[in-house]
Amino acid sequence: MIRLENITKTYKSGETVTKAVDDVSLQVEKGSIYGVIGYSGAGKSTLVRMVNLLERPTDGKVFINDIELTSLSTGKLQKTRQRIGMIFQSFNLLKTGTVHQNIAIPLKLTGVPKKEIENRVDQYLEIVGLSDKRDAYPSQLSGGQKQRVAIARALAHEPEVLLCDEATSALDPDTTESILALLEQINRDFGITILLITHEMHVVQKICHEVAVMENGKVIEQGRVVDIFSQPATSTAKRFVQSLFQDELPESLVTCLKESGQIVNLSFIGERSGSPALAHVSKKFDVYPSILAGNITQLKDQPFGRLVVHLEGDADETDRAVAFLEESGVVVEGYVQEVEAHVS
Amino acid sequence: MSAKISEFLDLWGADIWKAIIETFQMVGISLLISVLIGLPLGVLLVLTRPEKALENKFLFRLLNAVINVIRSIPFIILLFFILPFTKMIAGTTIGVKGVIVPLVVFTAPYIARLMESALLEVDRGVVEAYEAMGVKTRHIIWHVLVRESRSSIVLGLTIATIGLIGATAMAGLVGAGGLGDLAYRYGHLRYEVDVMYVTVFLLIVLVQGLQSFGNILSARLKKD
Repeated sequence: MIRLENITKTYKSGETVTKAVDDVSLQVEKGSIYGVIGYSGAGKSTLVRMVNLLERPTDGKVFINDIELTSLSTGKLQKTRQRIGMIFQSFNLLKTGTVHQNIAIPLKLTGVPKKEIENRVDQYLEIVGLSDKRDAYPSQLSGGQKQRVAIARALAHEPEVLLCDEATSALDPDTTESILALLEQINRDFGITILLITHEMHVVQKICHEVAVMENGKVIEQGRVVDIFSQPATSTAKRFVQSLFQDELPESLVTCLKESGQIVNLSFIGERSGSPALAHVSKKFDVYPSILAGNITQLKDQPFGRLVVHLEGDADETDRAVAFLEESGVVVEGYVQEVEAHVS
Repeated sequence: MSAKISEFLDLWGADIWKAIIETFQMVGISLLISVLIGLPLGVLLVLTRPEKALENKFLFRLLNAVINVIRSIPFIILLFFILPFTKMIAGTTIGVKGVIVPLVVFTAPYIARLMESALLEVDRGVVEAYEAMGVKTRHIIWHVLVRESRSSIVLGLTIATIGLIGATAMAGLVGAGGLGDLAYRYGHLRYEVDVMYVTVFLLIVLVQGLQSFGNILSARLKKD
């Protein structure tokens, strides 16, 4: 559906050349929700803006439905863009227009027949749940309502793809939840492919099928959300997962506990989250596990659990216990103390 | 008192009325033409800027230079400075017809600057959202840029109109008449103080009224 091939974007200011996006390739399958996560300055915003060529890549190709956008003329590009919806962190509605006008004006300007416009405005306002705000101005709406109008505006063009540029970053947690639920509903009911960028792991956890982690303009890790959650390879990805679980331990405690055994991170995926593997460990081996921190959370399709466990016992016995846990499908990793705090 | 007023009106009423009409003609016609020239120029000034839709360094610099040069010249000098140009365009250099050209040359660049600053206030994100929806640039100009800045545009035009009224006072020098000319010729040169007072009073009412109207309209158009 969306295919980026070796996309690079460089900015020149005077002598210095900055690579905002550095040789990124990624592919988003039709009907999926794909998340790009990164700290600010990672280049993710530039990346999503290159998908509909709001910014032209310095190098590389952008394909949507196998049409190479980067090679289209201005007129053709405008036609193609009508099939690509986009929502923004700052909503970007006309302040001088009512909710109705905000949806109707772009439709009119892209040549949708008048009668059809009225139908679509009604239909999509209904979907985002704002039928009663038809004649309100954006200044009379809350942030969440504004984003709903922006979503209705995007949907009214009946796009195949929806790009979300930090769409929930300006919203409070409750509103974020409801907007995410709406995005998920749109994806499910209309089969619209969604590419979203965010700096909140929570958003990825909630609705994404796949995720790419960006740092310094590069994609440093990508794959299914479950895989990144259970086995993050890079330290940035680990930090993002950590941000969700808040299971960091005090350093003094770690030092003290390490003298009597190992500390491990256990990740459970899917139905195994409920399995009492840990209980078996204490029965089968001469090891005393104690849980230091833990959490079970719901990924898009399955539950995902994470425990930080101290295994008290001699080294051989603990190793056998770890092997047993791994056999039962639990991902075991040594606990690593996060020393440097990330500055974002 | 009332006898005095009717005496004054008998004596000066016709002249003052004529002057009012002349002022309205000069302001109305030159404002209309100035907006027709100034608004597109303002749009060009915004769109030819670096990193905007019609980025064009040469045009942007040229427009800026021309506008600055014209705006450096005081109206009273401009009036005479461009006499040959006025003759070429209007066929005459005197009367209301002869003063429209210099008034437009004086006001259009001013309006262009006012429009430029109004249009620059428009949130870049909204323009981007419309670009992302595949809306053509010319539609974006009208339905986003001008629409979103309409409140500031009205305020700018109010300022320009008041400036224009001031400039028409000098139009008397080329025999175009108007309120300012009446006050100057009768009030100052012939020392008919009453005429000067009345004219000044009328001008104050006119400017006050315009500014209030502009403010109210602008506030009504603003929706945030």
